[in-house]
Amino acid sequence: MSVALNVLTVVAVVAGAFFFLAGTVGLLRFPDTLTRLHALTKADNLGLGLVVLGLLPHVGSVLAGIKLVAIWLLVLLSGAVASQLIARATRQRDPDA
Amino acid sequence: MMEALNAGLALLLLALAVWTIVARDAFAAVAGFIAYGLLLTLAWVQLSGVDVALTEAAIGGGLTGALLIGAVGRLRDTEATARVERPKALTRALAALVAGAVTVALALCVLTLPDPAPTLAPDVAANIAATGVGNPITAVLLAFRAMDTLLEAIVLVFALIGVWSLAPDRAWGGRPGVRHVADPNGILAYIARVLPPIGIIVGMYIFWAGADHPGGKFQGATILAAMWLLVMMAGLTDAPPISRAWLRIGLVAGPLVFIAIGLAGAVTAGAFLAYPDGYAKPLIIVIELALMPTLALILALLLVGAPQRTIQR
Repeated sequence: MSVALNVLTVVAVVAGAFFFLAGTVGLLRFPDTLTRLHALTKADNLGLGLVVLGLLPHVGSVLAGIKLVAIWLLVLLSGAVASQLIARATRQRDPDA
Repeated sequence: MMEALNAGLALLLLALAVWTIVARDAFAAVAGFIAYGLLLTLAWVQLSGVDVALTEAAIGGGLTGALLIGAVGRLRDTEATARVERPKALTRALAALVAGAVTVALALCVLTLPDPAPTLAPDVAANIAATGVGNPITAVLLAFRAMDTLLEAIVLVFALIGVWSLAPDRAWGGRPGVRHVADPNGILAYIARVLPPIGIIVGMYIFWAGADHPGGKFQGATILAAMWLLVMMAGLTDAPPISRAWLRIGLVAGPLVFIAIGLAGAVTAGAFLAYPDGYAKPLIIVIELALMPTLALILALLLVGAPQRTIQR
């Protein structure tokens, strides 16, 4: 059982790290603000979600697990709102973008 | 493995610090500074200074960062002219020399510290039971060195008075900052309705956890201030006029309660800011409870700025 959980942790955290890496590469390489935002949200949403998922089997208590999930949900919420606001500001400055 | 991570962190910190200074664009420098604050938070976590890390994330990166972004916005009109002016070579050489000398002096001070460094930590650990709190940082801040915390709170009140004093005469006593207008059905108004209940609970939790775990009134108050600012920025409410009596009472209530308890200590326990035996924990909680709203008000209003709207009389 513990081996299976460790495998889950390694796989999930590595996958999460991959999404963070891909998001960062996208942030650096994509040509304009909207596509860069698109790359960034993958790191926030999927990357952090997978890291949290991977860490869940190793937290000491249910409460700590709930806290981790709550952090992920809060990041999801604030990330979605922030990218909406940035995208809107970009659009107002340059309607063709 | 850990050494490599720490070395990478230190290198990144240095690189960001250099970038923040070298960047010619003010907004880029501020962005660098905020990222620097977040990395510094990680460094404090690595050094097991979780309390300092929380404060750095809340005040150093978050609040100061927001203040600096506001400053950049105000300076935008003058930035182009400022960038054309380059100081003379002599001025720049002198500035580099002085800055370099300060760096070298600081480095020498750090390198010549005795090893192990002088510490009062064992004394704190030996006497912490007398305060009734479990977090040694809180014990130091509110019992052993309560004077520092009191003066810190008073300095913040002075800082806010300093900001307000920039108000033009015609706006004095009015509402600070600008009136924010946002789409009442937009995403900003949505988050300003959804987030504050969560933020208030997290802020109170961090405040309450401060007795036995990392946290405390300062970090909690920053979160409360951020929630209030969010509601103001979404246009759901406006900043209160600075002439309001409740506001001014709130701004001095925390330090006044602190001083009153300190004076009571002079009578009952023999020294200013001393707590009578057995009453340390309840008194510390009273002080923190009184300080937190004051701090939240001050931190939020520092960001809102000076009154600048002409008031209709």
